[in-house]
Amino acid sequence: MLSIKNLHARIEENGQEILKGLDLDVPAGQVHAIMGPNGSGKSTLSYVLAGKEDYEVTDGSVTLDGEDLLELGADERAAKGVFLAFQYPLEIPGVGTMTFLKATLNAQRRARGEGELSTPDFMKLVKKNADELEISMEMLKRSLNVGFSGGEKKRNEILQMALLQPKLAILDETDSGLDIDALKVVSEGVNRLRSPDRSFVVITHYQRLLNYIKPDVVHVMSKGRIVRSGGPELALELEANGYAEYVEAA
Amino acid sequence: MNSIVRPIKTAAETALVEQFTAAKASLPGDKSVRETAFGAVVEGLPHRRVEEWKYTDLRALMKDAKPLAAAPGKAEIEAAKASAPFASVRKPDALLVNGALVELGAMPKGVEAVSLAKAYADNHPLLAKFGEAGAPGDNAAIALNTAFVSDGLLLTVEAGAKIDEPLHLAFVQQGAGHAAYARVLILVEEGASLTVIESHTGKGAHQTNSYVELLAADKTDVTLFKLQNEDLATQHLATLAMKLGAEANLTTANVSRGSALARQQIFVKFEGDNTKASLNGISLSGGNRHLDTTLFVDHASFNCESREQFKQVLDGESRSVFQGKILVRQNAQKTDGRMMMRALMLSEGCEADLKPELEIYADDVQCAHGATCAAIEEDYLFYLMARGIPKKDAEAILIEAFIDDVLETVEDEALRGEIHAVTHDWLQARD
Repeated sequence: MLSIKNLHARIEENGQEILKGLDLDVPAGQVHAIMGPNGSGKSTLSYVLAGKEDYEVTDGSVTLDGEDLLELGADERAAKGVFLAFQYPLEIPGVGTMTFLKATLNAQRRARGEGELSTPDFMKLVKKNADELEISMEMLKRSLNVGFSGGEKKRNEILQMALLQPKLAILDETDSGLDIDALKVVSEGVNRLRSPDRSFVVITHYQRLLNYIKPDVVHVMSKGRIVRSGGPELALELEANGYAEYVEAA
Repeated sequence: MNSIVRPIKTAAETALVEQFTAAKASLPGDKSVRETAFGAVVEGLPHRRVEEWKYTDLRALMKDAKPLAAAPGKAEIEAAKASAPFASVRKPDALLVNGALVELGAMPKGVEAVSLAKAYADNHPLLAKFGEAGAPGDNAAIALNTAFVSDGLLLTVEAGAKIDEPLHLAFVQQGAGHAAYARVLILVEEGASLTVIESHTGKGAHQTNSYVELLAADKTDVTLFKLQNEDLATQHLATLAMKLGAEANLTTANVSRGSALARQQIFVKFEGDNTKASLNGISLSGGNRHLDTTLFVDHASFNCESREQFKQVLDGESRSVFQGKILVRQNAQKTDGRMMMRALMLSEGCEADLKPELEIYADDVQCAHGATCAAIEEDYLFYLMARGIPKKDAEAILIEAFIDDVLETVEDEALRGEIHAVTHDWLQARD
């Protein structure tokens, strides 16, 4: 599914290198957690995968099912099935949430040569998924994320993921800013989407999220590289010992 | 106005003098009014050293003065009828082709309409009301209109009349390059309510000049919506002057999308206490176009409220000007005025000139103004693109969001839909 080889990337504006030879393979159907201290490049990795223009890839490759992602714009990557759940979903005044959801879904369908969804079919689809995430239709009438609580924003991200049915979902600190109840709702939303042909990269600081979303593999990232990989037990070890050893070692 | 010696006249200035000399004998109405008005421009057009025209140097921008439009023929009238916009909302109640009123529909009960040409012929008493809204007669756009205008419309809404359906005044240009002048007076008597849609459309490199005056008495409720969607080669000078009585309500929305050079002047005078006005505008420029909105709000009464909200979207090498001034006179205590102007700049080569001004002589008022210029927020763009929306579509969504709150001031849903179509059309035409 996702294959990253020797990825180097820097911030375009100041040339600062953030990713320094990162390797990662996520087979289809698996959930990989990436943990690591602040500043290790976790969020940068998620932005580089999604195609944010502020970063420049200087070396290495990223492929999704054998296809080169780095050649594609952010919108094209999304149409190929890459989804990034933002750590800080943006508030965009004046853009209705429903309008936005419909635009995203239909843009992806068009890019894939599928027909647009009719309004009644779209409404039905949104209603079903929103109900499961305890998102009220009232909330969806408002401008995108404007006035949403932290938990509502994150649920809205998962709703988008559920509607778009990506191949590769990258969750960037989806647990931050969530209380226990919201964490459960969001995790259940993610778990419902687990399937043999969908992969997840879950970025988090804390082991807590991984109690709800069980990873197949846990990676430790430090200073722009994956420095250790292991099973779910690695997350527990990190929780107990902290990241100090990786900050110094790397 | 200015004392600069200018021995050489531009081609446009020379042509205007020639036109006025040739036409004045045949123009209707009081000749001395026309002579006086033309006196303001006989020495020349305003230029960048005249403060109000600093950002729109009419002398430099107006390359020629097109001949006065002849009376439209049958074919032109039919073509104009077929092309008038907003057909789904309201067919034209008054159709003006090349400045001439060619069709006047049956008015709703409580509204009286007279063509200006007829009013001149009959020496109609309403002619005495011209200029009563208080806009300066020596303003170049107003002066030219007063000097050359021969047709238009006089509307009276009788006291207490609630006119539910909007009245649509359609100004359509047809044929080859000409100058078209039109003047409208709207008199709304006490307690009456009215909505007017003013549309300006057509094809050809024309020069148009319209002057609309609103005299709204006490306790009136008036909404004026204007779409300027003329040919991209036209020069459009327009003035909207309004005088409001006590406890009145006014909403205006101006959408400026067409023309190579357009200047929309808006003058508002609060003549009675406890009145509210909401003044809104959107301008969409591109190419080498130059769109100007100049606003003057005169708070001359107690406890009035004004809200000014103007948004400009600029693309290409275009220039967009918004200058707005709120004057609060000494007796206008408890004035509450808030003016916001925002420009969204989509290209490297565009220029936005925003000039907010407050001049306050009363000591118990709340006034604020703000101005912003910005490009599209890159983070917003990335968020939309990361969901699969192509860049141009994502930009379109964000541009529509930018002007959304101004559009919201248009309450009529069908009309709002038509404006969406205009903005959509502009967005599609972007490179």
